[in-house]
Amino acid sequence: MTVLLIILCLILLGVVIVQIGRVTELSDRIRGEREAQKSSDFWNSRLLVVFMVLFLGATFWSAYKYKNFMLGYGPHTAASEHGPSLDNIFLVTLIATGIVFVLTQILLFWYAYKYRDQEGRGRTLFMPHDNRLELIWTAVPAIVMAFLVLQGINVWNEVMADVDEDEEYVHIEATGFQFGWALRYPGPDGKLGSRNYKRITGTNPLGQVWEDQANLDDFQPSEIVLPKGKKVRVRITARDVLHNFNLPHFRMKMDAVPGMPTHIVFTPSMTTEEYRQKLRDYEEYQEPYDPEDPEGPKKWEAFDYELACAELCGKGHFSMRKIVRIVEEDEYEAWLAEQQSYYFQTVRNSDEDPFKGQILDAEVKQRSEEFEAAVTMALTSENEADRVLELDYIYFATGTAELEENSKYQLSDLANFLTENEEIRVELSGHTDNTGDPAFNRELSLKRAQAVKNYLADQGVKQDRLIARGYGDIKPKDTNDSEEGRANNRRTELKIL
Amino acid sequence: MAEAKQLTADQIIEEYGYDDHFHEHHDEDKYQSSFITHYIFSQDHKMIAKQFLITGMFWAFVGGLMSLIFRLQLGFPEADLAWLRPFMGKWIILNDAGIGTLSPEFYYALVTMHGTILVFFVLTAGLSGTFSNLLIPLQIGARDMASPLLNMLSYWFFFLAGVIMFLSLFLSTGPFAGGWVAYPPLSALPQASSGSGAGMTMWLVSLVFFVVSVLLGGINYITTVLNLRTKGLGMWRLPLTIWAFFVTAVLGLLSFPVLVSGFLLLMFDRSLGTSFYLSEIFIGGQALDHVGGSPILYQHLFWFLGHPEVYIIILPAMGIVSEVLSVHARKPIFGYKAMVFSILAIGILSFIVWAHHMFMSGVNPFLANFFILFTLIIAVPSAVKVFNWIATIYGGKMRFNSASLYAIGFVSMFISGGLTGIFLGNAAIDIQMHDTYFVVAHFHIVMGVAAFFGMFAGIYHWYPKLYGRFMNETLGKIHFWGTLIGAYVIFWPMHYIGIAGVPRRYYSFDYFDTFAQFSDLNAFITVGAILTFAFQLVFVINFFMSIWRGRKQETRNPWGATTLEWTTPIDRIHGNWPHKIPTVQRWAYDYYKDDREYVSQITPLEEGEKTDGLH
Repeated sequence: MTVLLIILCLILLGVVIVQIGRVTELSDRIRGEREAQKSSDFWNSRLLVVFMVLFLGATFWSAYKYKNFMLGYGPHTAASEHGPSLDNIFLVTLIATGIVFVLTQILLFWYAYKYRDQEGRGRTLFMPHDNRLELIWTAVPAIVMAFLVLQGINVWNEVMADVDEDEEYVHIEATGFQFGWALRYPGPDGKLGSRNYKRITGTNPLGQVWEDQANLDDFQPSEIVLPKGKKVRVRITARDVLHNFNLPHFRMKMDAVPGMPTHIVFTPSMTTEEYRQKLRDYEEYQEPYDPEDPEGPKKWEAFDYELACAELCGKGHFSMRKIVRIVEEDEYEAWLAEQQSYYFQTVRNSDEDPFKGQILDAEVKQRSEEFEAAVTMALTSENEADRVLELDYIYFATGTAELEENSKYQLSDLANFLTENEEIRVELSGHTDNTGDPAFNRELSLKRAQAVKNYLADQGVKQDRLIARGYGDIKPKDTNDSEEGRANNRRTELKIL
Repeated sequence: MAEAKQLTADQIIEEYGYDDHFHEHHDEDKYQSSFITHYIFSQDHKMIAKQFLITGMFWAFVGGLMSLIFRLQLGFPEADLAWLRPFMGKWIILNDAGIGTLSPEFYYALVTMHGTILVFFVLTAGLSGTFSNLLIPLQIGARDMASPLLNMLSYWFFFLAGVIMFLSLFLSTGPFAGGWVAYPPLSALPQASSGSGAGMTMWLVSLVFFVVSVLLGGINYITTVLNLRTKGLGMWRLPLTIWAFFVTAVLGLLSFPVLVSGFLLLMFDRSLGTSFYLSEIFIGGQALDHVGGSPILYQHLFWFLGHPEVYIIILPAMGIVSEVLSVHARKPIFGYKAMVFSILAIGILSFIVWAHHMFMSGVNPFLANFFILFTLIIAVPSAVKVFNWIATIYGGKMRFNSASLYAIGFVSMFISGGLTGIFLGNAAIDIQMHDTYFVVAHFHIVMGVAAFFGMFAGIYHWYPKLYGRFMNETLGKIHFWGTLIGAYVIFWPMHYIGIAGVPRRYYSFDYFDTFAQFSDLNAFITVGAILTFAFQLVFVINFFMSIWRGRKQETRNPWGATTLEWTTPIDRIHGNWPHKIPTVQRWAYDYYKDDREYVSQITPLEEGEKTDGLH
């Protein structure tokens, strides 16, 4: 009903306007063309000047009102090292074009008024051309442009330059997809592993080629964390359509192109916390972040750098957000240390794992370190319990006392330990769960302990330091009622005597 | 002012004109006067001009309406749009409470269609098509275009393109929604967007037909200007409108075929399994087979047209404004030769700046250096033109009517919009501004406003040549003032939003703290858009009403202009002049060169008189 009324009102308004038009046309005809034209010239010339004043006034007033969004001014300063040079060109261009803008708009409207048709004007100025003037106003813009171009080209080439071979920088990767960003960090080896889009699955969203061991320590965080003051290179890719990696606070953006990795290089110059402290000085950032929670955090407290997409990529283009946190270097190192590799967390030993069943160098190393820590604890601790170590990484073929190939790593750690600590004597014990014949179990557990002892002896450890015992199922460590519990009970242990 | 021995146009043409025996030979065959051959499949350039104009107006209405709908989403995201459901069906999503929201997919379809329709159908066909057709034969003293048949086909291919595009709006998978630039892979893969299926196919077909229309028209315009100028009309005596339409047509002929080649390769990728633009894509749970292509190839091919295209849009408007300002200021256009050289410079330079649309696309940054240089160079002839227009007004005796007001408004808009181009052309600044509302502000002010103002100036000024009547002056002025103010209200604030980093083509700004701060400003812009659109209705009513009820044209040359189109009889006839065609004795800008207020181009020189800008 309201809609109908509104439409009727609009139609009525239209009719009124048309009638005004027709009536004025009639009255113009009555008073004659000359008079009508004079009246039009009188009013419109003046309206043009009024418009000019209001227009220029409005542009200046609005520029002042929104000054805090101007690049490089107030809260809107750049958070990167190259940012200020970019903001500076913007300012220079703004001043140059601003002067031209004001000058030409004033001349345009003022001359239209001043050189309006008036009674007694006589003839116009027959001034078809003035070559000297043409030269001047061709040369001056050309010179101003040249100046802007030179400065601009300089900054452009600097900002867009890729890193040198021998430079130190943090390398990360961002992959745009419909509709979000997948981030990848290179891990401790500092190298991003290779990818193949044909290997993309639900558990391998980036198609990482796990055979390339550089991939094994890469991790995929949910936000971008970077250290202040260090150069960052972001390798940018896209999985499906064009996206754009856009960091407005850092004055950086670059298209993400499927099939062609691109990159940006920048150095963050303000931590998130520093930027927040800067925003704190501005009134508009002291408002509560959530208008419905006036006691809650203020806008400056809730501020975060944001990553957005800046190339239309489909219906979710406007929702591809990630937070970017810039922190001090020590906090960054601490954060790095907490991160878990994607491979080890999600892929390891799954069907997608090309190294399923094998032990990786990284794992060997980690296990050695674990063992090292455990034995050091055992040697120095007062606690009895600490002197018993479970040998998790010694494997036997099911139901037999045959050592599997993969056991060699821990066995060699054990051998090294014993060789280095010649006074130590140990008891090697085998344990089973409670399924099957107890006598068989006792037999098997003894044979397994002996297998370990024999291996160590072959490695040069004196036999009289090693006692082998088979306890069967009489010393369970966990319940035998669950499969998991039984698995835990089937073990080989080392006790330092 | 008028001298005793001033002859009428008919007398001058009778004495000095050129007799091509047109009416003896041609009267009956080309222009049979059935309803169909007169109004529908007409080969008369003046009727074809009207067809382009009215079709262009239809599309402007559709494209403008689309912008209102998506501006509602941007300005008032919480508003209930359920009332649009009868028109938009499933594209308005109803939640449990019955509140209607525009679906994001259709938002993108509207934005895409708005751009496509306005850039191609309205500002290319509606602007060039109308005025090149109307004015070229009339201003050069020709009976009609070089090939009236191709001219007619040029309109009907445009019509066909329009029908296909219109039908695509009603597809159940939706019209194409990947932006008017249609970058692949988004535009190549139906899995990426539902509008990239049938909608994109129809979009491509429509635009290929559209390009055919442009090429047919362009060939005609160029041939006619070069070959059918009347005696005495050397190139340096052409009015600036003709220079503008001529260079525009050359630009079109050289650049549109490249667009078609880009589209062709896109069609191959979509339907024949080729990989011109596609490589290493995983989408819809599948790794696609395409390897080796690059989306950047498309961008080069597209923008090779895309940049000249914007000059194709603005040059005719510039030509019209030069003419209108000169006539109503009663003064020669200042620096005619400089203006011609500027048009030529803009035309040539427009071919070597295209990659300024691609600074952030991943191309080698070294490439950008050339494009920065040429882009900022192209600012120089544009600036020269602005200074020349201002100098034309200086020392004149300006008559203010709808046409001249729009011409003055054009200069104001071109200054505003052109200056922001200088920011964007400097790639370092473009790093921040690319794909933000700063770009949206820039191109709307130059194309969506300035070019439109040129078009309006032309329509008001040459309306008597179309219909032998005048448009209502009061309504025209209401239209002007409402649109001038409204256009600045809509587009000026977008600069600030863009500088703050808000990206374009966002359905909603609420997902980002950085971008969510402008809800008041966005609402303000939307209200401005609605009001400005309403003012256009004043124009539309005026236009159609005046066809039948407008003040009749009583004299041949109501504006006291010097150019040839004002020497024809008031009632339009095929072949434009009833007997001989006029010959030209002087350039087009003899205003107040001596005691005479103006001297028509057909008037022979007096004893000792010089012309062509010399005293």
